[in-house]
Amino acid sequence: MARSIVQEFTKGLWDEIPPFRLVLGLCPVLAVTKSVENGIGMGVATTFVLVCSNVLVSSLRKVIPAKVRIACFIVIIATFVTVVELVMQAFAYPLFLKLGIFIPLIVVNCIVLGRSEAFAFKNGIFRSLLDGLGMGIGFTLSLSALAAVRELLGTGDLTIWEKPIQVFGPSYQPFSFMVEAPGAFVALGLMLCFMNLVGKK
Amino acid sequence: MREMIKMLIVLTVLATLSGGLLAAIRDNTKDRIENQVLEFVQGPAIRSILEEATNDPIIDRFQIKDGDVERTFFVGIIDGEPRAITFETFGKGGYGGDVGLMIGIDTNDDQLLGVGVTTHAETPGMGAKAKTDPSFAAQFRELSLEEPVNVTGDGGSINAISGATMTSRAVCTAANDAVKIYQKLKPQLAEKLKEFNK
Repeated sequence: MARSIVQEFTKGLWDEIPPFRLVLGLCPVLAVTKSVENGIGMGVATTFVLVCSNVLVSSLRKVIPAKVRIACFIVIIATFVTVVELVMQAFAYPLFLKLGIFIPLIVVNCIVLGRSEAFAFKNGIFRSLLDGLGMGIGFTLSLSALAAVRELLGTGDLTIWEKPIQVFGPSYQPFSFMVEAPGAFVALGLMLCFMNLVGKK
Repeated sequence: MREMIKMLIVLTVLATLSGGLLAAIRDNTKDRIENQVLEFVQGPAIRSILEEATNDPIIDRFQIKDGDVERTFFVGIIDGEPRAITFETFGKGGYGGDVGLMIGIDTNDDQLLGVGVTTHAETPGMGAKAKTDPSFAAQFRELSLEEPVNVTGDGGSINAISGATMTSRAVCTAANDAVKIYQKLKPQLAEKLKEFNK
């Protein structure tokens, strides 16, 4: 089933949107979606790693021996994650403080390793780039959507660029369960349910 | 055998290249990261202590060697005089490890200007109040350096945070250590402070 180049990009946005359809990379999905800002930051960081590692793995796919491919993927991914970590520390330190341990944990994010193994190692550079970009944007959108639901119900505000916007007005009683850890599971469950309802043919 | 060698070469080259790349990036971002850490970790504490300062204490900093450790001092210019210094010490014995404390001293009359907790791993809502509750830190304002700082239970004047005596003690330990360091380095500090007299 050959896909067109456009489909290679768009599949990550809906058909195979990582956390909701593939149900991969749930650790950051649950942990950092307390506010929209964190969700977007995490999504952009992951997208960068995904695109870079996909391109590099794909361009080295004829050189990397199959037996040590996982080790090579991990070296490549870990390098880009450390790049993100350093750059984020240098230019967006408050965001780095909020995301904390979850930035280094991108190394073991299933989506990144999964795309290298399942896609980039078998496909050309351009297709891998589109695949990484699509998956990354899909991941960012999912994180933002989930974070928006949680933040909106949990605090009544939406924080964008450090400026909270009151959506429900001052009379809203925050349902703070939603920004706690258990709320993440409930929100994710409802989201998956919604996605399955919508996607049913 | 040939495959073995190929694996070896590929992995070695890959690891070397990524090591080199990371070292280069680290070198280029090191200064920026240091400034960012100062701005966002130590910065809030420094600024709350040196409220009256007319300069930017984070830019006006210098280092002094104290035995094996390099200590960074931040200078506050108050009433046109570089008379306030702040620096960080770590109090042993907090509930969740060492408590980092920024301490400000007025060098003219040897008084505490104030303190502010920087890094800690204390319990949120209990020990963490040392950082978030300004009334605790406010007790340190204008204390004399002559007497050691202690919580009331140990015969001092500081009201411990309720439920977090260990944290409060760690803060006092850090403050007392800082006073000792200050008294030891006083001549060198006075020398350095003159440079900021413009």
